Amino acid sequence: MTNHWNDLQYADALMVIGANPAENHPISFRWISKAIEKGGKLISVDPRYTRTSQMANMYAQLRSGTDIAFIGGMISYALENNLFHKEYVANYTNASWIVEDSYSFEDGMFSGYDEKTRTYDKKQWAFKVDAEGNTLKDPTLQHPNCVFQLMKKHYSRYDADTVCGVTGTDKKMYIEICKTFGATGQVGKAGTILYAMGGTQHTVGTQNIRAYAILQLILGNIGIAGGGVNALRGESNVQGSTDFGLLYHNVPGYMDVPTTAEGDLTYEGFLARITPKSGYKINHPKFYTSMLKSFYGDNATKDNEFGYHYMPKIQAGKNYSFMRIFDAMYRKEIEGMILYGSNPVVGGPNSFKEQAAMGNLKWMVAIDLFETETSTFWQKEAGSDPASIQTEVIFLPACSSFEKEGSVTNSGRWMQYRWQAIKSKGESRSDLEITHMLARRLKELYKNEATPAAKQMQALYWNYGEHDHPDIDLVCRDINGYDWKTKKQIKSFGDLKDDGSTTAGCWIYTGFYPENDNLAKRRDNKDTGMSNFLNWSFAWPANRRVLYNRASADLNGKAWSKERVGIEWDGLKGQWVGNDVPDFVKDKGPQDPTFADPFIMQVGGKGYLFSSGLNEGPFPEHYEPYENPMSNSFSSVQFNPAVQFGEKEMNAKGESDKYPIVATTYRLSEHWQSGVMTRNVPWLAELVNNMFIEISEELAKEKGIKEKDKVVVSTARGEIEAYAMITKRFKPYKLKDKTVHHIGMPWHFGYKGIATGATANRLTPHIGDANSTIPEYKAFLCDVRRA
Amino acid sequence: MEMNVTRRQFLKLSGAVAATLAIVELGFDDKTAKAKSGEFKIAKLKPTPTICPYCSVGCGILVYANENDVVYTEGDPDHPINEGTLCSKGTTVRQVYTSEKRITKPMYRAPGSSKWEEVDWEFAFDKVVKNIKETRDKSFIHQEGGVTVNRTDAIAYLGGAALDNEECHLNHKLFRAGLGLSYIEHQARI
Repeated sequence: MTNHWNDLQYADALMVIGANPAENHPISFRWISKAIEKGGKLISVDPRYTRTSQMANMYAQLRSGTDIAFIGGMISYALENNLFHKEYVANYTNASWIVEDSYSFEDGMFSGYDEKTRTYDKKQWAFKVDAEGNTLKDPTLQHPNCVFQLMKKHYSRYDADTVCGVTGTDKKMYIEICKTFGATGQVGKAGTILYAMGGTQHTVGTQNIRAYAILQLILGNIGIAGGGVNALRGESNVQGSTDFGLLYHNVPGYMDVPTTAEGDLTYEGFLARITPKSGYKINHPKFYTSMLKSFYGDNATKDNEFGYHYMPKIQAGKNYSFMRIFDAMYRKEIEGMILYGSNPVVGGPNSFKEQAAMGNLKWMVAIDLFETETSTFWQKEAGSDPASIQTEVIFLPACSSFEKEGSVTNSGRWMQYRWQAIKSKGESRSDLEITHMLARRLKELYKNEATPAAKQMQALYWNYGEHDHPDIDLVCRDINGYDWKTKKQIKSFGDLKDDGSTTAGCWIYTGFYPENDNLAKRRDNKDTGMSNFLNWSFAWPANRRVLYNRASADLNGKAWSKERVGIEWDGLKGQWVGNDVPDFVKDKGPQDPTFADPFIMQVGGKGYLFSSGLNEGPFPEHYEPYENPMSNSFSSVQFNPAVQFGEKEMNAKGESDKYPIVATTYRLSEHWQSGVMTRNVPWLAELVNNMFIEISEELAKEKGIKEKDKVVVSTARGEIEAYAMITKRFKPYKLKDKTVHHIGMPWHFGYKGIATGATANRLTPHIGDANSTIPEYKAFLCDVRRA
Repeated sequence: MEMNVTRRQFLKLSGAVAATLAIVELGFDDKTAKAKSGEFKIAKLKPTPTICPYCSVGCGILVYANENDVVYTEGDPDHPINEGTLCSKGTTVRQVYTSEKRITKPMYRAPGSSKWEEVDWEFAFDKVVKNIKETRDKSFIHQEGGVTVNRTDAIAYLGGAALDNEECHLNHKLFRAGLGLSYIEHQARI
């Protein structure tokens, strides 16, 4: 989230698209309700009429996988009807920048495409620069090749009739929503967008989110209280686990993993690649070197490039993401798998195939509180023949969150501490202890060897105590970072050095543990202004509660709105003051040429309406999902041209003649993710104890299905059986030239635990987004029949 | 810094709020409730603040536990986000501890076997580190096309979204910086 939960109350309009907070983030809804009480308008956009829709002022039915059409039309409406925030757009975004003539867009394709590799040459989307390298601009926004005009032209094709023919939304309601949310473009108004996996789990997922961001930038809604683009994250610490680099392409703090690319041969070359010429990321060398120092301690010196070559280098251009792991496992390239609280047999796409691939493993280690469908994939109940599966499986019992201590980071980036309430149950242990014990034993095993593999492990600096139980305080200090010589804690990431004299396990958290106080433990709940609670826990970065908050003030540094002051320039004091920690240099005043550059992480300091960062183009463009019921109304390009395909055997595709019904998956209040921590909890298992398929009254009638009948849902991947739940919440979709049915189902179920049921992900396709490779769980084709 | 549950809140908890919920736990049996109301189960216990382990709202929960059991849990009234309220999942968090389905001993499944065997931690750790070392040593790529790469593509790591930050940090450090895994992923990708 750019903002945080309590901040939602300050919105004049809240658009929830691809999320259902009333059911999946129930307590967050208190703050949404508060906004409504104050006159804020809640807009719910969803394929299904959810409980969030029930609480909303406006509901728009949206066929799964058509967000870009929907938002593209809203962008167009705001531009055509002059609803956008002119001063903000002209000064805080790159609207005035002029794009190279090599950029073009025609019939669904941007310039620079290579069909063979399914990639674009992004250099063709560069900005025009003068002889000194300065970007050319037109502050009047009239130049035909300036970002503003290109954007306007691009989205002029997204008229309400075409949009509604694709999304299936009622046109009158659509215009009403365009007007209501567009009204937050007025100076002093705030609109927020809330999304979750309904936005991301698509082959165009990243561009969906970019579309939300573009809309928010043109309405001046980024950086202000009650505004922002807010991801409602699904797990208690999925924010933290992402911050700490548990993804193949990231190290902690969102920096790159070294690769085999030529530039990465030396640390210097690598740093040159990952360090832009301007913007706050020019500090990457300080953060990276401090991280290497945390990893390798005395084995990271100036002479060995701070231990850079101990870090594994992945193959340049190769995708090692979740689905590709199972592709490789299917090809028998992977021998062992370690799972910490993970259950891909329920949670992975085309999960029966993923389960089959696991049979190729030599060994598996599963660390969890309960038996999972994954750790028992070899059992008869899983549909497996145990005798034929040669995988050795070791299950290590972990303890729960209150049987240990440590911190988690919520969606609003608040790093909150959890104390230990009771000793761990039975012989279970904390994951921290398990990892610590593994590290100590592995170090011992490699102690006397001289192979490169041994040297890497020997170089690892592991200073968390000499016993099997690690000292968590030392881990916290290591995350924050300290001066290597004096061992004094670093106060802010601004103090980190690139010469090996400082450490920082994760630079974005540096400052949470200055001197002797772990600020994640703070419990002062006094509202310090605008519900930012600056003395409750710690928010990264630098305890900032609303990101880009410089944009909450106008060009002169005055708040756009007296009712929602983020930070303001105080000329007398010569510094930024207000209700938040400035996301800006504290004493940078009006005399500075970059005073009106609020987006400090970006080159040029502006919000990017046009960006060459993503793989399928500088503007989000609508393409149909991998499996779709109709031809693309916006161009002759049916499917996202930059999506990369994985292992063919893992990825069967269904066509609409055989599978005419659109399907999506969703979550319930009573269950959580793959169900391991809810289907094993008696009260929750009792509340919802059966898997069901939610279908409309119209489809039920057509198929002769009655409430609670057993039905079979089939896709090109397989079929599952579950109870029918017939509701008014799904309605047939009236699209341009046909009517299609849409169904939905929860994905929490499996064959283990107290409550059991069929696994929805046996149906979902094994294909992912062109940038993030997140699977397209949310839109696929199926058929339904009575069992 | 120690946890700081305010006195106001502690008093409130040992009073009316706790009494109401204690009755709910006793299943609305009026007589039993009256008989028990003189000796609150949590009267002598100090609450420990925690954060809900389910979604990412980050609600505060107070846990009342004695040496052997979690006696009672409820929403933390001092927490600025939930102000004492909880959803169905947060409310039942006690049962994450008490559920009979909890696995409390390491288990081992031999190749081709149709059942688990309970084992001790030393046996389990030995198996895990032996497997990691064998696969890693066999598959370790020191150099590739003249470039030092120090990695293995034969071991996959999954997980993190349900772990603490400190655990995520150690896992990243061990599995990437120490063991050289390329396949490191978790729930954020899916």
